[in-house]
Parts: sequence; structure tokens; C-alpha cells
Amino acid sequence: MEALTRIAHASIRVAAELTPAEAKANAAAQMAGLAYGLAAIGPGIGIGMIFGKAIEAMARQPESAGMVRTTMFLGVAFTEALALIGFVAFILLKFA
Amino acid sequence: MKADDPQYVSILAMNDQGPAPEAAIVRDIIKHGSIVAPILIGLSAVGWGVNGAWSSAYGIALVLGNFAVAAWMVSYTARISYALMMGATLFGYIFRLAVIAAAVFFVRNATWIELVPLCMTIVISHVGLLFWEMRYISLSLAFPGLKPKHTASPTFQDSTSN
Repeated sequence: MEALTRIAHASIRVAAELTPAEAKANAAAQMAGLAYGLAAIGPGIGIGMIFGKAIEAMARQPESAGMVRTTMFLGVAFTEALALIGFVAFILLKFA
Repeated sequence: MKADDPQYVSILAMNDQGPAPEAAIVRDIIKHGSIVAPILIGLSAVGWGVNGAWSSAYGIALVLGNFAVAAWMVSYTARISYALMMGATLFGYIFRLAVIAAAVFFVRNATWIELVPLCMTIVISHVGLLFWEMRYISLSLAFPGLKPKHTASPTFQDSTSN
């Protein structure tokens, strides 16, 4: 807790020394990073759920493993698209 | 079912020695990607010039490479064990995302890069190719992976010619 307080005080000290433009750029960078991080959480949970259920299905019916893996692979790829969209939004907000 | 039961098989020890449907799917996606690539590159060239075309080509290469690595990871680790497949895919997701981020970060200031067509190409080609691929996916136990191609029946032709 003490360390967090020290970091917060240091951040405030640094922010006080920044020009308004630098502070704005700083805040934009932090928010873009936070948005990208948040955008990656959802797909991570989704991929975990897809794989968990797929492995459960393959354990119950090993003869259907090929079909399960086909749908699982497509599901994972679609879920990854969400993370890619978050990444693209981050790149465009930060650098474009 | 207990672990000391001789009938008990742990999911950690199970694996799949059959054909890998992911490889067939990704080969098909890459085939479709090579059809779509000139269109996307041409559109980017119209909007952003030569730099847009290079950026678009780079984005398509990233997307197809990402699909290929994902398929290779799943098919390779599924032959070893399902548990490894799950671990490899979850960590592989983070790894591949990091690789794509690094691949864009390292070139973002290059003279031949335009960020808008690059990012648009990444999203459009990834989602578009997946939707296109869904038309060719077979959801049957007999043909996992891609739908079988229709072929003319020689028996039927022989019987009609006689």
C-alpha cells in the first residue's frame, strides 16, 4: 500500500511538470493501453471456454474429435478477431 | 471414476492421432487469401498509393501467418496430448497477439507504412476470410474439416451410356 502511495505521488509530481500537451498525450497513451488490455481480456476468457468445452466434448466422444476440432479452431479464430479489433483501435488511436 | 481404476483414462493423457482438420482449413484459407489479396492491395493502392499497397500486403501476410501458426500449434500439440493443446493454444494466443503487436510496432514509423490501410486490412481480411471459410466447413463426423468435393459418379455414367 505504501509503495502504491509512493508511485501515485511520483506520478502526480511528474504530471505536474508536464506541459498540457504532454499531459494530454500521456493520458491518451495510458487510456489506449488500458483499452487494449481490456479488449484482450474478453477473448482470453472466450478462448478458454471454447477449449474447455471442446476438450470435454472430445473426452466424452473421442470419435467426434475431428468435427469438434474443426468448429473449435474456427471459434477460436473468430474470438481472436475481437482482440485484433481492440489492437487495431489502440494502434489507430495512439499512432494514426 | 477414480484414478486408480484400470478403466480410467485421464484427459491429460489423451491425444488425437487422426488427420488434422486445422491444416486443411488453413490451406483453404490461404488459397482464398491469395484470391482476396490483390483486391485489398488494389483498393489500398487507390486510397493511399504505393505505401498503402505495401501496408495492405504486409497486413495480409500477418493475418495468413497468424492462421498458419495457430493451425500448426493445434495440430502439432493435439498429437501429443489434449492438455498440451489447451496450454499451447491459450499461451499461443498471447504469443501470437504479442507477435502481431510487435510486427506493427516495429514498422509503424517506416516510410512505406500507412497505418490506416494496414489496420483495416488486418481486421477485414481476418474476419472476411473466416466468414468465407465457413461456407466450406463440414460439420459431419464422416468428413471433419472441409466438405468433400462433388465428383461425377462413373457407375451412373456407365449405366446411362449403355
